[in-house]
Amino acid sequence: MIKKIYFQSIFFSFLFFKEAFAAESGGMPQLNPEFWISQIFWLILTFGIMYIVLSKFILPKISNNLEYRKSQILENIEAAERQREDSEAKLKEYDEIILKSKMDAKIIFNQTREKALKDIGAKKEVLDQQIDDEINKAEKEIEALRVSAPDKINKIAIETSSELLEKLIGSGVNSSSISAIVDDLSRRNGEKYYGN
Amino acid sequence: MAANPMSQFDVYRIGPEIKVGAFDISFTNASLFMIISTVSILLVFNLGSKRNSVLPNKMQLLAELSYTFVAKMISDTAGSKAKPYFAFIFSLFMFVLFCNMFGMIPYTFTVTSHIIVTFILAAFIFIGVTVIGFIKHGFGYLKLFVPSGVPAVLLPLIVVIEIISYLSRPISLSVRLFANMMAGHTMMKVFGGFVISLGLVGGWLPLSFSVALTGLEILVAFLQAYVFAILTCIYLNDALNLHH
Repeated sequence: MIKKIYFQSIFFSFLFFKEAFAAESGGMPQLNPEFWISQIFWLILTFGIMYIVLSKFILPKISNNLEYRKSQILENIEAAERQREDSEAKLKEYDEIILKSKMDAKIIFNQTREKALKDIGAKKEVLDQQIDDEINKAEKEIEALRVSAPDKINKIAIETSSELLEKLIGSGVNSSSISAIVDDLSRRNGEKYYGN
Repeated sequence: MAANPMSQFDVYRIGPEIKVGAFDISFTNASLFMIISTVSILLVFNLGSKRNSVLPNKMQLLAELSYTFVAKMISDTAGSKAKPYFAFIFSLFMFVLFCNMFGMIPYTFTVTSHIIVTFILAAFIFIGVTVIGFIKHGFGYLKLFVPSGVPAVLLPLIVVIEIISYLSRPISLSVRLFANMMAGHTMMKVFGGFVISLGLVGGWLPLSFSVALTGLEILVAFLQAYVFAILTCIYLNDALNLHH
């Protein structure tokens, strides 16, 4: 239904269109030469002015802007590249410094350790010497004591036995005979105790 | 019934009649729209080139994109030798584009829908390209009409065809733009007229058609400007780099 109306109206419109077209004499206004000269004149005038202004003033500016931007971008890229290289070199330097200082630290540590060990060794030697001396002295004293001990014991034994005998018998006994007996006994026992 | 679809192309005088000798150079609606187009172009590109910041604003971006677009078009079709003609092709492209686009606004006048305007542009290009060709290559430019690798028997025929095709360049260039603009605008007017004549019941279909046509015509407006400029580049390429 709508389609039918549509096509009918197109048909009628064309009829009207033809009528209207026929009513205005001349057909296409483009082919009417009345204003051709005027159009040519104004076209040349406007286009010419536009061309001159564009080519002399505006386009060079745009071109400059583009060039400037291009060069600035290139410059920035270059600067960034340079800075990257710088930072890489610095990083390398830093790594080297760290490595060197590590090695230095190791060397110092080793040196210090050796020195400390040497010190300790020297001190130990001195101490050992002192200890040895002390031990020797003590041993000598002990030896001396040990040598003198039987005589003292004998003396004490003689004195004790003579006193005992005096108390028991009531008269003095020849101390020389007692000392002979004590010596004899102590020699026998001394051999048993000291194992000389 | 709506007005005659062709009446939109009428040229009429605005203001008094100006005569220089026998020539009538009165200010007309066509002149008005030429001035509007050129002033808009100058305004847009002046605003777009005023500030020079590394980070462009919208106007600067528009100007620079147009610049690089046209520059790329020229270098792609005509090579680096066409650089001195950049400003002319840029102006040509922008002029045709702006005239076409201003014609898309209702109740405006489309400058490029007049054969005389497009023909003057095309004739100027034709003469200019021919002069450039003769300056660059002397009479060697005539070799353009003698393609290499053509059998001798066919040569007279080919040369005639080449000459005819060369001479018809301004006509084809101007008629292409003029016919496209006129046909498109007439069609839009006709469909617009249908909307009125069919009324509320049947008017919707031509209305939707009209909407679609508007989109199409905007595309055509850009495309024809582009075609006009790129054909100029191709003709210029023939004149600058003689291939035949």
